[in-house]
Amino acid sequence: MPQVTLSVNGKSHTVEIEGRTLLVELLREKLRLTGTHVGCDTSQCGACVVHIDGESVKACTTLAAMCEGASVTTIEGLARPDGTLHPMQEAFREYHALQCGFCTPGMVMSAVDLVQKHPEGLSEAEIREGLEGNLCRCTGYHNIVKAIAAAQDVMHGRRETIAAAAQ
Amino acid sequence: MYDFTYTKPSSVADATKLLAADPDAKFISGGQTLLPALKHRLNKPTTVVDLTGIGEMRGIRREGNTLVIGALTKHVEVETSAEVKAAIPALAQMAAHIGDTQVRNRGTLGGSVSNNDPAADYPAAVLGLGATVVTSKREIPADEFFLGMFTTALETDELLVAIKFPIPEKAGYAKMRNPASRYVMAGAFVSKGPQGIRVAINGAGPCVFRQGEMEAALAGSWSPEAVAGVKQNPEGMNGDIHGSAEYRAHLVTVMAKRAVASAG
Repeated sequence: MPQVTLSVNGKSHTVEIEGRTLLVELLREKLRLTGTHVGCDTSQCGACVVHIDGESVKACTTLAAMCEGASVTTIEGLARPDGTLHPMQEAFREYHALQCGFCTPGMVMSAVDLVQKHPEGLSEAEIREGLEGNLCRCTGYHNIVKAIAAAQDVMHGRRETIAAAAQ
Repeated sequence: MYDFTYTKPSSVADATKLLAADPDAKFISGGQTLLPALKHRLNKPTTVVDLTGIGEMRGIRREGNTLVIGALTKHVEVETSAEVKAAIPALAQMAAHIGDTQVRNRGTLGGSVSNNDPAADYPAAVLGLGATVVTSKREIPADEFFLGMFTTALETDELLVAIKFPIPEKAGYAKMRNPASRYVMAGAFVSKGPQGIRVAINGAGPCVFRQGEMEAALAGSWSPEAVAGVKQNPEGMNGDIHGSAEYRAHLVTVMAKRAVASAG
């Protein structure tokens, strides 16, 4: 059986796969990192979004074999080892940017990529457009957008904490 | 998805040899169309040949009055390239609105053009700019490349390596997206340049096509008003639950107007 060697959340793994194994299957079934969700499995909903070498991608539409040598970050890799949440996670909590929570890992991973790509800052309309590839069926978009707007201020060093951004 | 053997050659010659030896093998680059198709078991390749290790298929460079874009160039790279934005801003803008961010981070120019989905964006740019498709065997003018729904002039073991876009004086693209799927219901890519005046229509018919009457109208006067009076014949347009042939034919004129307006 073929193997793939990749880094996931900073740790190197060599995993036996089939040619058809998807990245999301490798993450969930081989590494038991079940924070990355499979929603639609048709690359529309974005629940499976992870970062490959810093770029957000849909893990349900990426072959595991094509990730040889790649550096993958999943939702489990965002918080610091001491448990301190990433500002985006903190903002989602602070703004109640989730209801059932199913879409949340993908939303957070897409949002982190979106904010990192736009150090100049994003308007509300730009945040909404940037979430084109993520669906929330609880329709909780308003608070998700507010959370991302707050998190970008902290991520770009314009405010120190999410709580400060909330005021 | 049926299982297959995965392989990753490092040159165009090695990749095409694999396809020549096994017609049931398939090329993959971004996989944003192929993988969903394989999940539906619409295809059963014996081998999936990963092209992403082939350096000669990468890169964006200007050669005189031509922009050469490697087939492996991702949509996000076209969207953000200073070279593309300077030479053909309409192309960068078009790339910025393909699918969503995650699709643009994986999907490639070569994959989109080789697949020739009627609702894809890139075929309209290739035909609308009168580009030349560079393959592992030859160079094919856009007018001879797109043959029908999901059908191109590419042979089984022929690989799309790059596309040469002539730099136009003016170019513009407009599309109406399906509100749910975001695929193109009808789009128009218009240009005026070394390849003359061209109007390519995507999404509306089974394959991207040139709208000759609109080209003639624009030759008389390059203005949105010039195409506003040209009606697209609904015969042969796509009709489905998302929109009738008549509706798509109507959209063709509206999108052409908007494309000319955006070209300036």
